Amino acid sequence: MSLFKEVKSLIRKDIVLEWRSKYAINGIVLYVVSTVFVCYQAFKSVDPTTWNALFWIILLFASVNAINKSFVQESRSRQFYYYTIASAKAIILSKIVYNMLMMLLLSSIAYLVYSIIFSTPLGDPILYLIAVSLGGIGFAAVFTMVSAISAKAGNNSTLMAILSFPIIIPLLLVLIKVSKNAMDGLERSISYDELTVLAAINILTVAISLLLFPYLWRD
Amino acid sequence: MKKYWWKILGIILLIYSIIMGLLGHVPALPIVHETIRNVYFHVPMWFTMFTLYIVSVVYSIKYLSSANPQHDFVAVESVNVGIIFCIFGLLSGMLWANFTWGAPWPNDPKLNGSAIATLMYLAYLVLRNALEEEQKRARISAIYNIFAFPIMIALMYILPKTTDSLHPGAGGNSGFGQFDLDGSMKAVLYPASLGWILIGIWLMTLRFRIRKLEYQNHTATL
Repeated sequence: MSLFKEVKSLIRKDIVLEWRSKYAINGIVLYVVSTVFVCYQAFKSVDPTTWNALFWIILLFASVNAINKSFVQESRSRQFYYYTIASAKAIILSKIVYNMLMMLLLSSIAYLVYSIIFSTPLGDPILYLIAVSLGGIGFAAVFTMVSAISAKAGNNSTLMAILSFPIIIPLLLVLIKVSKNAMDGLERSISYDELTVLAAINILTVAISLLLFPYLWRD
Repeated sequence: MKKYWWKILGIILLIYSIIMGLLGHVPALPIVHETIRNVYFHVPMWFTMFTLYIVSVVYSIKYLSSANPQHDFVAVESVNVGIIFCIFGLLSGMLWANFTWGAPWPNDPKLNGSAIATLMYLAYLVLRNALEEEQKRARISAIYNIFAFPIMIALMYILPKTTDSLHPGAGGNSGFGQFDLDGSMKAVLYPASLGWILIGIWLMTLRFRIRKLEYQNHTATL
């Protein structure tokens, strides 16, 4: 089987598994909505800088929780079965793509709920949405590899947090900058540099994950 | 003599840099005044840290292809010593910042980036402690080390250049090169950097040898 075909069927398998139980996605959507409500009740009204920072913090914790599970939800023996029929590259690639799709959905829901409940004037909603989507994809790319590492180390959630937060900070800083530009409704050409950096970080992390994962899965 | 000439060279360079750094001629500058001499001590710390982290990532890559435990020992001891140099770099920088910028820790991307990169390497050490089995620990921590290395470069050397920063050489500021008209500062800074790098590698090899002996003892008693 070619790599592309393997990846495609593995992603389909993940989606079907998720669709049957709907546990992870419902849980995480509920998590986002309740966090937004807690923040809304606590802050009532906030200035734009805090609004922006708060949104990214909510999304950061939601994505850590969502992606943390990606390597432990299936039993060990079933994982062995996957490794016998598919290459390690196909497995990590399918997990990354699946997590990216899930994060796209999750971050759009978060953005929608957050901007309805916590309404604040946005200068350039389209650019903000682009930043949110790129951010979701970037979180998925980085956290998938880190969750694979922490799953090998007994998967405690403290380890996931301390391993992933320093790594995610460059991405988060660029994201906060772009989304602040979008909030203030600045000219789009100002944000092109940051958007390129975001795309570059995403490509780099996926490439490193592909190179390193074949060493990781063997026990 | 053949084997340890570089250790003697490191000590000589260090003594030279301390004497010349404190007594040598420096250009008279506003704001920084005589604290410009800190450049001989602050900058080499970071050069040494960076060298050790490169050694660490190279040996992590070597470990993945060879599965030789000694490569893993070099990788982890390079990080251990690198973190010490990073802490001294931060402390000497804070002392300097207190004098020239008025506060030990202004909210500056260069400072924050360095601190976060340190957190990342501390996380590497915590990850090692979380894993019991030796081969698994070596392999997984090597993977994290390689994964973290480009992020460290982005945090410390790329991102501060793109934003506003107080730090020389970042955020569009020039380094100290323009003040050094007759090259008298370079004549101290470069030997000082080489000396500290040699001392850092010496420390690393010492710790590596201790760890290797402990490992041999441990496997012998089993």
